Amino acid sequence: MTAAAERSRADHSAAVDTHDVLAFAREQVLERGVGLDEARVLEILRLPDDRVPELLALAHEVRMRWCGPEVEVEGIVSLKTGGCPEDCHFCSQSGQFPSPVRSAWLDIPGLVRAARETAETGASEFCIVAAVRGPDKRLLSQVRDGIKAIREDGNDIQIACSLGMLTQEQVDELVAMGVHRYNHNLETARSHFPSVVTTHTWEERWETLRMVHAAGMEVCCGGIIGMGESVEQRAEFAAQLAELDPHEVPMNFLIPQAGTPYENYEIVEGRDALRTVAAFRLALPRTLLRFAGGRELTLGDLGAEQGMLGGINAIIVGNYLTNLGRPAQQDLDMLTELNMPIKALSDTL
Amino acid sequence: MTAAFCVHCGKPPAEGDHGRCARLRAAVDPPRYCPECARRMVVQVTPTGWSARCSRHGERSSRAEAFPRASAPEGSSFNAVSPTD
Ligand code: SF4
Ligand SMILES: [Zn+2]
Ligand SMILES: [Zn+2]
Repeated sequence: MTAAAERSRADHSAAVDTHDVLAFAREQVLERGVGLDEARVLEILRLPDDRVPELLALAHEVRMRWCGPEVEVEGIVSLKTGGCPEDCHFCSQSGQFPSPVRSAWLDIPGLVRAARETAETGASEFCIVAAVRGPDKRLLSQVRDGIKAIREDGNDIQIACSLGMLTQEQVDELVAMGVHRYNHNLETARSHFPSVVTTHTWEERWETLRMVHAAGMEVCCGGIIGMGESVEQRAEFAAQLAELDPHEVPMNFLIPQAGTPYENYEIVEGRDALRTVAAFRLALPRTLLRFAGGRELTLGDLGAEQGMLGGINAIIVGNYLTNLGRPAQQDLDMLTELNMPIKALSDTL
Repeated sequence: MTAAFCVHCGKPPAEGDHGRCARLRAAVDPPRYCPECARRMVVQVTPTGWSARCSRHGERSSRAEAFPRASAPEGSSFNAVSPTD
C-alpha cells in the first residue's frame, strides 16, 4: 500500500477500505444513505463479473434498508399512439421513421377498462401516456375526461401522466386534474442525448421536470440502457438523475424497434443490465427504481428475479405502450415467491 | 389457416428472412401487419392485451385469438388518425 493510500485509509473513521468500491459503498450508501458519485458509480460498472453477485446483494440491502420490502406496481397505457413529430431514435412511435406502428387514439371506455384491469392486479399506479412533443388542448381535455371517467368507475388508483414537454400552464392544469406524478424521461446521459434525439434538447426536458417538481407533483424520470452509450455515460446518467433526485426512476433496456435507427442494435447483456440496476441503486438509495420496458428480452424470468434482489423496488406489470410484457400474474407470483409485499393503494393516499 | 403474410414484417412466409420476426418481434410485439393482405394494422396495446384492425379485414385481438376474423364484439376501442400508409 502506498503512503497516500495509507493516509486516506487512516483518515477514514470507520477504517473502511476505500480502495474497494463495494466496501466504500457499504459504509456510505448502506450505513449512511448517501448515494455514490459519478466516479464511484463508474467503478461499480467496471466491477468484474465475479463480483456482480456481491454487488447485487449490497444493492438489495440498500433497497431494503432505505426503501423497505414493498414493491410499487404500476400499469401503463398509451392514450395516443404513434405519429409523434420527434425523432427519438429508439422510439417506434416517431413519425419520422418507417416503423410499422400506426397512429391510434384510445377512447374513454378503453382507458377506463385499462385502468380497471390495472387496478385488478393490485397495482397502485396507472400511467396515461401519449406520443407527443407536448400536449395540445385536445389531448389535455381527453386526459381530463379520462380521469373523470376512471373515478366515476369507482377506481381510486393513483394516476400519473406522461405527455411530453409541458408549459407552466399545462403543469398547473395537470395538478388541478389530480395527477399526482409526472413521467418525463431524460432517456440517457446529457452528453449522449444529442446522438439519440435531435428535435429537442436534454435541457428542454430538464426544464419540464423542474416545473413539475416545483408544482409539487412527484417526478418520475428515467431512461433507456443500451442506446450506444459508453459505460462512462451510464455513470454520468446515474449522477445526473441523482442530481435531479426524482421520486421514481424507470429503467428500460432497449428493445430494438423495427424501422427505427436502432433496429439492429444488440440487446443489452443480462449481467450488464443487472450491474447497471445495482449501480443506479447505489447512486439513488431512496428512489423508487422501477423495472420497465425491455426487461423480458434482456433478463428473462430468472434475471427479473435477480433484479428484484439487486436493487429494484417497483415494476410495470403487463404490457407496455406498443410492446408486450409478460402476463401481470407472472410478476405477481414472482413477488409472492420473493416474499415482497405489493405496496397497497391505501399506503399511498 | 396459414397466414399469407408475416404479421411482423408483412412479407410472405417464403420471401425473405423471418428469423428476427420469430426470435425478437414475436416476443415483444403484437401483430403489426394483416396476415391476409399485409396492410399495416392500427394496433392498440393495453395492460392485458392488444387489438389490431385492418381496414379491409376487420379487427383481431389477443382476447379473440381463436377467432381472428371476428369483428370486435364490444366495439372498437380506438380510432385511427392520420394513417400514414
Ligand atoms: S417524444 Fe416520446 S413518443 Fe415522441 S418520438 Fe420521442 S420518445 Fe417517442
Ligand atoms: Zn417476418
Ligand atoms: Zn387485411
